[in-house]
Amino acid sequence: MNLRAIQTIYLFEMDRMRRTVAQSVISPVISTALYFIVFGSAIGSRIQQIDGVDYGAFIVPGLMMMTLLMQSISNAAFGIYFPRFVGTVYEILSAPISAMEIVVGYVGAAATKSLIIGLIILATAHFFVAIEIRHPVWMLAFLVLTCVTFSLLGFIIGIWADNFEKLQLVPLLVVTPLAFLGGSFYSIKMLPEFWQTVTLFNPVVYLISGFRWSFYGQADVGIAVSLSMTFAFLVVCLGVVWWIFKTGYRMKP
Amino acid sequence: MQPILNVSGLSKTYDSGFEALKKVDLAINRGEVFALLGPNGAGKTTLISIICGLVNPSAGSVTVDGNDILSDYRAARSLIGLVPQELTTDAFVTVWQTISFSRGLFGKRKNPDYLEKVLKDLSLWDKKDAQIMTLSGGMKRRVLIAKALAHEPQILFLDEPTAGVDVELRRDMWEVVRKLQQTGVTIILTTHYIEEAEEMADRVGVISRGEIILVDEKAELMRKLGRKELTLHLHDPLDSLPASLNGHDLELAGEGYEIVYHYDTQGERTGITSLLKDLGDAGIRFRDLQTKQSSLEEIFVSLVRGRK
Ligand SMILES: Nc1ncnc2c1ncn2[C@@H]1O[C@H](COP(=O)(O)OP(=O)(O)O)[C@@H](O)[C@H]1O
Ligand SMILES: [Mg+2]
Repeated sequence: MNLRAIQTIYLFEMDRMRRTVAQSVISPVISTALYFIVFGSAIGSRIQQIDGVDYGAFIVPGLMMMTLLMQSISNAAFGIYFPRFVGTVYEILSAPISAMEIVVGYVGAAATKSLIIGLIILATAHFFVAIEIRHPVWMLAFLVLTCVTFSLLGFIIGIWADNFEKLQLVPLLVVTPLAFLGGSFYSIKMLPEFWQTVTLFNPVVYLISGFRWSFYGQADVGIAVSLSMTFAFLVVCLGVVWWIFKTGYRMKP
Repeated sequence: MQPILNVSGLSKTYDSGFEALKKVDLAINRGEVFALLGPNGAGKTTLISIICGLVNPSAGSVTVDGNDILSDYRAARSLIGLVPQELTTDAFVTVWQTISFSRGLFGKRKNPDYLEKVLKDLSLWDKKDAQIMTLSGGMKRRVLIAKALAHEPQILFLDEPTAGVDVELRRDMWEVVRKLQQTGVTIILTTHYIEEAEEMADRVGVISRGEIILVDEKAELMRKLGRKELTLHLHDPLDSLPASLNGHDLELAGEGYEIVYHYDTQGERTGITSLLKDLGDAGIRFRDLQTKQSSLEEIFVSLVRGRK
């Protein structure tokens, strides 16, 4: 195994993020703070508790998840799209490294970055609302699992996209709606019955629900179901990545 | 000696259905400078890309120092450095960062002394902390070479190294290639500039439409295929060649002041004697004559044309 190559890719990517720290860290923090001000304070003060949790605190896990999804996808997608776009990917492909090592380097860096952003958001939220974390280990586990899974999805998008539009299309047209409709700002129990059923086809529901459970011990769906669904999604993403490298899809003509 | 690179029966058909390589066989000797010469679209980049792992082969096999490029790709690729045809570099990182990245990617332990030497040899040392995007095109090409050399490869591929490069840099590049060859590195360069092959290579392979038409020592190639050209400068211009000279393969040039005769130095007879006799009989007088060896360029053009 070429550990040094993994480390090289990982550190190179982390360094790229350090160079763009303003847009990669500060902007999610600001937008999260705005959400807290608008939803948490302005609107939240007129909403009673949900499942015994203050509304401001209730939205914290959903908000974190939403940002994590977007960040993981866009970091990882851009990380691999950029070398493809400028052509420097030739060096990665001609190096004595396996597909797995390439993925670990790129996805690992993207996941690390979103994890850091997630924790920063948690710290930011702490200034606005009182947060309790009932199951910190599970919380961390969900956090890491989500970062890795959606960084993998981002990696896939970064390989599939052959222009900048496509690169932004998926996060914008698919992930944002799924995250909004996935119960970031409400409990899906508040929806009419029909929509509750529809919502169960939204994978993000399971993430947010499981994550919220790790905070407040309350969940829309069972924790076991949440975990299995997230794992299942991880396995699907791994399968797609494996297929990409096996066939050389969009990487090797 | 066993060749360091062995290509056998290599074919490539792109998804578009285009057959870019047709059963290519090629063996490269350790330590030589080999020029792969061919017009645009001949398949040079495709061949290199397959060897380096950028393109999937359709059929055939390649071994690098005995290691198959597919089953032993780690061992094979560790030996190879690639300087691509396009100027593809990062923009925001420094020269030092990019070459350190290259070395790490190939799994090599850090070695600042070696990297320093590479940069100095390429006259890049004073640019080591410059962001790549601030460099000129020529400098970027040097950076690409430095990246390719960062992991101490045994074989260096230079894909059209001097395309769009000024004369000075071209000279520098040739100098670098010579130095590298002295350290035992095998160099394979592609080019469609004949003078480059002529200047640099020990052996030349000519590729056209996905087929290697011939491979030979440069000197041998020029000798074997070398046709000579005899130019006769006339006293008085001719409107056309007299019918009595029809038997000779002649051309009228220089506004009727020159007759050009092509002959094969390897032939049984060159035909010069009878030509001169026939010229005398036709009453054509000449002031001067000169002969010239045809260049690799002319050989190449005639070879490729002969294929069409
Ligand atoms: N990815 C590709 N898909 C389809 N055709 C290609 C691809 N890459 C190259 N070709 C075609 O293969 C031929 C050989 O290209 P190339 O190897 O780049 O030639 P050279 O380097 O000798 O100029 C060209 O006709 C080119 O159009
Ligand atoms: Mg080419």
